[in-house]
Amino acid sequence: MTETLTLAKAVNSALADSLEGDDRVLLMGEDIGKLGGVFRVTDGLQDRFGPQRVIDSPLAESAIIGTAIGMSYRGFRVVAEIQFDGFIYPAFDQIVAQVAKLRYRSQGRVSMPLTIRVPFGGAIGSVEHHSESPESYFAHTAGLRVVTASTPQEAYSTLRAAIQSDDPVLFFEPKGKYYTKGEVDRSIVRDLETANVVASGRDVTIAAYGPTVDTALRAAVAAADEGIEVEVIDLRSISPLDVDTVVESVRRTGRLVVTHEAPAESSVSSELIASVAERAFAHLEAAPERVTGYDTPYPPSAVEHDYLPSLDRLLDAVDRTLGRRNSRTDLDYSALTTGAAR
Amino acid sequence: MSITVPAPDPELAAGLDGPLTVLDLDGTRLPSELLDPHLRDIDEHALTNLYVDMVRVRRLDTEAFALTRQGQLVLWPPLLGQEAAQVGPARALGEQDWVFGSYREHGFALLRGADMGEFARIWKAYAHSGWDPREIRMAPSQIIIGAQTLHGVGYAMAAKMDGADEVALTTFGDGATSEGDVNEALVWASTFQAPVVFLCQNNQYAISEPVHVQSGVPLALRPTGFGIPSMRVDGNDVLAMHAAARIAFDRARAGDGPTFIEAVTYRRGPHTTTDDPKRYRDEAEVEAWIAKDPIDRVERALERMGANMEAVRAEAKIRADQLAKEFRAAAEHAVPPVADEIFDNVYAQPTRRLERQRLEHRAFVSSIEGAK
Repeated sequence: MTETLTLAKAVNSALADSLEGDDRVLLMGEDIGKLGGVFRVTDGLQDRFGPQRVIDSPLAESAIIGTAIGMSYRGFRVVAEIQFDGFIYPAFDQIVAQVAKLRYRSQGRVSMPLTIRVPFGGAIGSVEHHSESPESYFAHTAGLRVVTASTPQEAYSTLRAAIQSDDPVLFFEPKGKYYTKGEVDRSIVRDLETANVVASGRDVTIAAYGPTVDTALRAAVAAADEGIEVEVIDLRSISPLDVDTVVESVRRTGRLVVTHEAPAESSVSSELIASVAERAFAHLEAAPERVTGYDTPYPPSAVEHDYLPSLDRLLDAVDRTLGRRNSRTDLDYSALTTGAAR
Repeated sequence: MSITVPAPDPELAAGLDGPLTVLDLDGTRLPSELLDPHLRDIDEHALTNLYVDMVRVRRLDTEAFALTRQGQLVLWPPLLGQEAAQVGPARALGEQDWVFGSYREHGFALLRGADMGEFARIWKAYAHSGWDPREIRMAPSQIIIGAQTLHGVGYAMAAKMDGADEVALTTFGDGATSEGDVNEALVWASTFQAPVVFLCQNNQYAISEPVHVQSGVPLALRPTGFGIPSMRVDGNDVLAMHAAARIAFDRARAGDGPTFIEAVTYRRGPHTTTDDPKRYRDEAEVEAWIAKDPIDRVERALERMGANMEAVRAEAKIRADQLAKEFRAAAEHAVPPVADEIFDNVYAQPTRRLERQRLEHRAFVSSIEGAK
């Protein structure tokens, strides 16, 4: 049986069903109780499950994660909310130096079945620190699973799996898509590792995750008008990366475009393209391309649409992989005069 | 062997029995042994100036709120109700001092001399800073809760090393007192006896969370555990706030180290224009604080002093309207950033990698424009 839910409501349902199904699950975060979260994602949960299980925390991100570690020692499954992507950094030590390493340090005797929910990404016209994509910092850290969602169904199914997992999971929710609707079947609980092929095609593979999956699907539709078949892969998990699914696709298409909102430098696209080069080099018919945020801080949102991957930037990258005329065809890089390194 | 750990010394904190007040709600002047010596020069003229400042700050705030509702600004965190908590200390600052504040310090920004044309740009999402920090000696507004307190302490430590007659004022909310950064700032300020003033504007709410989620004791008691003297002050009493700030600045300038001021006040509006406070607090509570309005009581005090209130009000209104007009025009005519600026000011020395991205972005933009 399916129901039509917004992505925010799908997250809410996954939290409610997890709280209902396991009395060791509890939620902790800033403003998640009476207010229902700044995006209303936890709306009604404190009323339903009580302030002992849906905890309005003091304003201290490091403490939210640090105390969740202590609770995990006692067997609780804490779902911690970090209110915005850009607010996660005070908790960085607790996440990368503590949560990520406890299983390893204890020779497997201590589990950290913690889920850290983080609304991420831009295109919401907001102010500083509210539109960032910090996932690569965490993907770089062994011991953490880092997953994303692109649709209400994915949000529901992936979050359920994250909460059930005995590993710590960072769950990045595309806040710009919170109010998009989709069909949700609540009997589906996903694994945390496999990518999804969400559109099939023979010419070019686009790998995306979170908010850029929708853009990639629109690019596939637009490219089809020109007779180009684009295969779209929703990576879902960005750590670990399901390289197998991408390699299998690239073996058929020979062309790869990777897109995300985070900057390109030392990012998910860096890792994915390196892995594909290692394993499918002979199948590549063109250099892989990427369409990402630029290597700058997130800009004032008045110009965020120039910064973010867009349909046209994706189509331009598709054209580059196919050797079709594109924005860089006549670009004269000799105009570059800055810096010593070439 | 037993170790005796001394309890926080309440003697270090004034106002724990009730916030320090010198202006009663009806405008009567209440005696205060602690504050009075620092208010001797405040005559009718000086109080009128503080009054006009508060009226202007409120007008800026309400104008910005309205502009946000009209879609001219993308977001606004209102300070309605906190005018005295900002104007009192802002008027105690020396020109050479620095302010390290949060995102709700419009009163400080205005009184430090922020250009309204630039100020409007931040809330239009045209820029990340609404002023030149070096020009008005105020760091860019800080969204990350409490982070600026460490910057204030560091600035003060540096000023002390340089032997400069400068004080850093760092201002933050009640919620921020739970952050590690703020507690670490207190440790450092105490250890290095930095010439810094901590101004906690306790407006009772961190978005939806009432202050008791952050603390089971008055916030002014907290710093005493770090050895920092503290005052709990009626944050809706501009004179009490002004005097407390003068005490704190005097201590800093005299080499006596940091001081903490808790301004007990109230955020009458939402956290920001996207917030809905009806979900977490009663209207009756707001009404009770409207009765403690910081501007009304100064009007009454001026009346008692025999001021020609008709003239004072008229003058304040003219100046407030002028400011509102200036701000509205700034908001309406602000020049949006161009996309190419995304690549500016990332590094002192632009990198080749980033300049390459700039070039590619330009080429992409012209290809799209060419296709149109």
